[in-house]
Amino acid sequence: MTPPLLGVGEECQSNVTLPSSSASLKASSKNLELHERNYMMGLFGCPTIKGPAAAGVFGDCKSNLNLKATELRLGLPGSQSPDRGVDLSSGEPDEKLLFPLHPSNNSHSGNKRGFADAMNTNGASEGKFMANSDVKAMLSPRSGTNIGQKSQPGLESAGPKAPRGVEGATLQVTQEQPSSGIKESRAAGTPAPKAQVVGWPPIRSYRKNSLAATSKNVEEVDGKAGAGAVFLKVSMDGAPYLRKVDLRNYSAYQELSSSLEKMFSCFIIGQYGTNGARGKEKQGDNMPKDAMDGTDYVLTYEDKDGDWMLVGDVPWEMFLDTCRKLRIMKGSDAIGLAPRATDKCKSKN
Amino acid sequence: MASPLSFPEEVLEHIFSYLTLPSDLNSASLVCKSWYSADRYSRRKAFIGNCYSLSPQGLVSRFPNLRSVEIKGKPHFADFNLVPEGWGGYFFPWVRTMSVAYPWLEEIRLKRMVVSDEALELIGRSFPNFRVLVLAFCDGFSTDGLAAIAANCRHLRELDLRESEVEDSSGHWISRFPDSFTSLVSLNISCIASEVNFPALERLVSRCPNLRSLHLNRAVPIEHLPNLLRRAPQLVDFGTGTCSSEVHPDIYSNLVRAFAGCRGLRNLCGFWDVIPAYLPAVYSVCFGLTTLNLSYSTIPSPDLANLINQCPNLQRLWVLDYIEDSGLEAVASTCKDLQELRVFPSAPFIPEANVQLTEQGLVHVSLGCKKLQSVLYFCRQFSNAALVTIAQNRPNLTRFRLCIIEPHTPDYLTREPLDMGFGAIVQHCRDLRRLSLSGLLTDRVFEYIGTYAKKLEMLSVAFAGHTDAGLHHILSGCDRLRKLEIRDSPFGDRALLTNAAKLETMRSLWMSSCSVSFGACKLLSRMMPRLNVEVIDENDDPCSRPDNCMVEKLYIYRSLAGPRFDMPGFVWTVNEENSTMRSSSALPS
Repeated sequence: MTPPLLGVGEECQSNVTLPSSSASLKASSKNLELHERNYMMGLFGCPTIKGPAAAGVFGDCKSNLNLKATELRLGLPGSQSPDRGVDLSSGEPDEKLLFPLHPSNNSHSGNKRGFADAMNTNGASEGKFMANSDVKAMLSPRSGTNIGQKSQPGLESAGPKAPRGVEGATLQVTQEQPSSGIKESRAAGTPAPKAQVVGWPPIRSYRKNSLAATSKNVEEVDGKAGAGAVFLKVSMDGAPYLRKVDLRNYSAYQELSSSLEKMFSCFIIGQYGTNGARGKEKQGDNMPKDAMDGTDYVLTYEDKDGDWMLVGDVPWEMFLDTCRKLRIMKGSDAIGLAPRATDKCKSKN
Repeated sequence: MASPLSFPEEVLEHIFSYLTLPSDLNSASLVCKSWYSADRYSRRKAFIGNCYSLSPQGLVSRFPNLRSVEIKGKPHFADFNLVPEGWGGYFFPWVRTMSVAYPWLEEIRLKRMVVSDEALELIGRSFPNFRVLVLAFCDGFSTDGLAAIAANCRHLRELDLRESEVEDSSGHWISRFPDSFTSLVSLNISCIASEVNFPALERLVSRCPNLRSLHLNRAVPIEHLPNLLRRAPQLVDFGTGTCSSEVHPDIYSNLVRAFAGCRGLRNLCGFWDVIPAYLPAVYSVCFGLTTLNLSYSTIPSPDLANLINQCPNLQRLWVLDYIEDSGLEAVASTCKDLQELRVFPSAPFIPEANVQLTEQGLVHVSLGCKKLQSVLYFCRQFSNAALVTIAQNRPNLTRFRLCIIEPHTPDYLTREPLDMGFGAIVQHCRDLRRLSLSGLLTDRVFEYIGTYAKKLEMLSVAFAGHTDAGLHHILSGCDRLRKLEIRDSPFGDRALLTNAAKLETMRSLWMSSCSVSFGACKLLSRMMPRLNVEVIDENDDPCSRPDNCMVEKLYIYRSLAGPRFDMPGFVWTVNEENSTMRSSSALPS
């Protein structure tokens, strides 16, 4: 599999303090030093980008392509960790290497910032924190990936937003997503529905999806149905297995995009994660390490009508309602989609 | 003179065929070599609780003549999205081996496994006598695979897809059952999202006189039910489709007549989106009902109570919390034979309660239903006093799963942890086999569990405990423990390493978001070579971090097969040289 077109941003550094004892969870004081980042189009190519900010990002991307082209911003690597005891110890390296242009870093095999990083951080760690009640999370985003920045260079969206520093995004997160696991931080009369701990309460997806489908019968809180996470499948051409994401964990396309990049980065590198069961396609051995102009990837989705559309054309809320499945396709395969998507959108409107 | 015990092997095999419990057969096989051999050749059924505990080749060489195989794959917490996709649990290696070794295989029952269309096609091609396929909570296949089963399994009796995830290619797979196919006894397609070809389904039902169990999927509208039921009045177990369309007097009266014709109906489920006005249509069968699953129905309490009041012989009831305490009071007074109660939450993700369902409902049922053995109860508040009452009322409980929706919720009356309440449960319910904890809990509750829960086989822990002592109590005290799953609890290395030997007596241990270090995993793996210690980490290679870093998720299970070969990139296991490896990088393809 040829590596995708690169999107690059700047480093994100996180300094993690490790817990000293294994016997019980220790406080997590995590110092995050985060540089302002420009979001990359990353895996998803650079379809027409509108807006000044996006143009700036695009420009950055281009200039950086020849420099540290392999660097990919995948959401704040350490940002959710204070909530998660277990993540504290992960000591994430600063650079994420997705693209084989930095041979020196390749040996590190990059970092798979997986689904779990985006999804699992919230309640898991908060629960831990509750167990040792003297610990307070430094950041309390519940839906981890919301920490991502709001700029969307890679996807068309309703309007361009300027890239923000992490802190800004964080603040936004804490406003929007009050953590429910940590009681003391939950404001009274919280308008938003409870952000969810992954897998809690323990209800099978089948049942949750049924609930979601009958959510019209459920009391709505502030306009949002009480039904919980609905996991959608995300497949990627050539990857040995698919992943699942809960769209409700994101509030914008950029977050979704970053999270998916993280999840699927390992397949792009092709160095690992490919073994799977016998008979599955094996990648990586022949992957050219200098294929800069490889295929770029595009994020598409299947909507209620069964049509495949390019992600990013419709407003986020509408996307939430209509998206049934996601697929990361090679850019070349998706060429016909963009105009159709826009047309369909127009015809809907 | 021949010893009286040296029967010809055929006689031994015949005698062993009367032993049904695997544990009895296992014991018999240990008596002497000839008994071992007799058992080995005569064993017809195998149950494999963890698909990675042995290899397919190991199974077929141990038991060469199996007719029925039951295999479980992913850990239970996979149901709640805690196990990433691609983790494993593939069925294909099994069916590939069995297709050669067991040409007379009749039954396959799988739970939480990844089943491909290829595997289903292989089933269709390889087993001419195939009769039963149960795929519970499985995924990885589409309706194309089902078409292959329908077309090729001429003697199929059971096709049960309960709650599996099926890719819908087309609803026409039902038409692939040949016209000559008449052997169907049980069909459960409730998980299929899209429409199946209804005329084909009707024809299938008409020509299968032995059909006893039929679970339709949600896409079947209520108007189709009367005709269907008329063709299958012998049904014992029936699941409706959606019941949401406006009540038409014609449809309603047809429905009433159709249900009245099903005199043998004992189990009812489905009822998606059901409008309460439809419910009286089933009143005619309510008296005979032993199982009622209304857990997809958002019927309010008074209508629920009306329905339940018609069902005095109910043994199993699944409902949403719309039933409320008042409805459960009705259950307590009407359903004197109730053995199992499950109350699911209708709106688990909103902060406040939307229904009046509290601990009182369960207390009432525990008092009124003297045969109650199995409880699964979601609610938002509980008290130690209520738990003590329930325990004292129902010492015959064997399964008790309480889920207080908000983690760390204390006793709402006293604000204390619920240690004492759960302690009472384990103390009074001496036959308790399965327990799930929730609410605010300290190490003390684990002390109680370790002391009293001597028959406990499965324990689920979430957001509980303070120190390793908690885990130590469980592992050292629960003699019969087979499965332990823990999330978000501060249990760590010391308890695990101290009780390492215990882990080999269990099927599996799952720990996620706990305090187990990577170094401890390596050490444990070194100490216990017959355990597979698998670390799941989607963020990073744990080798790149110091040993005292915590692992994200940990799955430990005993295995005769050694480390598995199909691990994805985010699963690490420790090999003999004690350097972690991921199989994808270490092994040639």
